[in-house]
Amino acid sequence: MSASALVVMIVAMIIVWGGLVASAVLLARRPEVSAWPTPGPDDEEDMSFN
Amino acid sequence: MSTSASTGAAAPASTSAAPRQEWSGQLGFIISAIGSAVGLGNIWRFPGVAYENGGGAFLIPYLIALLTAGLPILFLDYAIGHRFRGSAPLAFRRMKRWLESLGWFQVMICFFIAIYYAAILAWAASYFVYSFGLKWGDDPTSFFLDYVQAADPGFSLAIVPGVLIPLVIIWIAAIGVLALGVAKGLEKANLVFIPLLVVAFLTLVIRALFLPGAADGLNALFTPDFSALTNPAVWIAAYSQIFFSLSIAFGIMITYSSYRRRKSNQTTPGLVVGFANSSFEILAGIGVFAILGFMAHEQGTTISELGGLKGVSLAFMTFPKVISEMPQGWFFGALFFASLLMAGFTSLISIVQVICGSFQDKFGWGVRKAAIVLGGICAVVSLLLFSTTTALNVLDVVDAFINNIGVVASAIVTCVIVVWVLRRGRELMYHLTSLSTFPVGTWWLALIGVVAPIMLVYMFVSQVITFFVDGYGGMPGWFLGVAGWGSVVLSVIGAFILTAQRWRVDPDDFTAWPAYTPTKKEAK
Repeated sequence: MSASALVVMIVAMIIVWGGLVASAVLLARRPEVSAWPTPGPDDEEDMSFN
Repeated sequence: MSTSASTGAAAPASTSAAPRQEWSGQLGFIISAIGSAVGLGNIWRFPGVAYENGGGAFLIPYLIALLTAGLPILFLDYAIGHRFRGSAPLAFRRMKRWLESLGWFQVMICFFIAIYYAAILAWAASYFVYSFGLKWGDDPTSFFLDYVQAADPGFSLAIVPGVLIPLVIIWIAAIGVLALGVAKGLEKANLVFIPLLVVAFLTLVIRALFLPGAADGLNALFTPDFSALTNPAVWIAAYSQIFFSLSIAFGIMITYSSYRRRKSNQTTPGLVVGFANSSFEILAGIGVFAILGFMAHEQGTTISELGGLKGVSLAFMTFPKVISEMPQGWFFGALFFASLLMAGFTSLISIVQVICGSFQDKFGWGVRKAAIVLGGICAVVSLLLFSTTTALNVLDVVDAFINNIGVVASAIVTCVIVVWVLRRGRELMYHLTSLSTFPVGTWWLALIGVVAPIMLVYMFVSQVITFFVDGYGGMPGWFLGVAGWGSVVLSVIGAFILTAQRWRVDPDDFTAWPAYTPTKKEAK
């Protein structure tokens, strides 16, 4: 492969696949917000009105 | 789940519906949303589009399009579906009464996409079986045209049994999955097929990289032609690719996010889905061009000399030819068509769920009734139009018009009405930010209110002009009128008819959470 093609391919992989890994890590570290807005839906019923 | 699922009885008006169906959790939703986003377009459209639009340089507008339009509109869909907890018609109605018709327009778009999408899966299923004997022989193009018995543009009822049988099987499978509901049907199917798809496709790509000529293929795809960046057409191609690839703005993501628990993270899973979709496209680009490089190598030519680099011709004409030239080609062929089938099937069920979920919400239908009746209607129309000798041209035209006109119009209307007419952008921004670990700010409003609509309007206008001035694919005007404009017009008519029906379940018996207090300016 030519140098320019190789560089572009690697940069694309880093940005896109790196973006996937980074967003997955972000989600795994903080799956939910630390505090839900209040008053919140009752977890048992989970606001069952539709 | 509604008890009327078994009896199919409609609930009387002004009765609250049973608790909404839900995904089993965050992972189930994410995998299913990826399953919906990753479809045929990732495998057969992205590589060819990138190659034709500046190669490696195309990735710059592509990434900009992902960040400035793809992800923001994906978030918008999530916010609408999740805040108003409904399939597209219900969610839009809860936002503003008269906006329900936009939801039904999206349902009609899904109907048209579903009926032809299933036909492509039927072809892929046939070709999966044909792979084992390399049945297409030395001339795959003629073989394919014989297989679909391609006739001139028109409408024929002459059935092609070789397509009819797999198409019936695809529809039975899709209806079966939908009848099991969101968690037991859609989610389970995605949890099986998405990991299998990744394994099958990775195997294929790795094998492809070791073929002679693969490096030349990657050179062709990734060598940047930076002069392409000054060409507006390249930017439009990038926005179109992102836009059509992410399954946004025609109800799917609204419907899927409406099945999430109230307390659920919105934007961060959205980032995972968006990047996963593009990750698969990059992988497909590498795989497809490694294979094309091998083909050019075998034929002693260059990639620029090869034809059929995307869409139906790539999958059913070019690829079979390469597969025949390859050692153990049958294995490679089986992997490729199985990948197409799995990627497409997980998208098809999401498209049909938009239709089923909408009828459940408005008419109080049970899960099974909706799947069987509505899936059945889709199946019958799909068989009538796409298991016949005229399928190929009808498919081509419906696909071009319903996407470039219907879906793009739907996106423009959604963005403009939500942000500028109803001025509900800040409420949705508040919704996303208060529930998500990746907050969105005014920049998000600017993207969905200004940047994305400008790009989309440009796409829309230039496409309408092209259709009127140049037509499409050299097909006769009457045929474009009936199959192309006809499907768009029918979507609008269908939207108004369905909006006019009486709600069997009270849509307004609902409180959005978390509560939002509009600013004084918004309240005016």
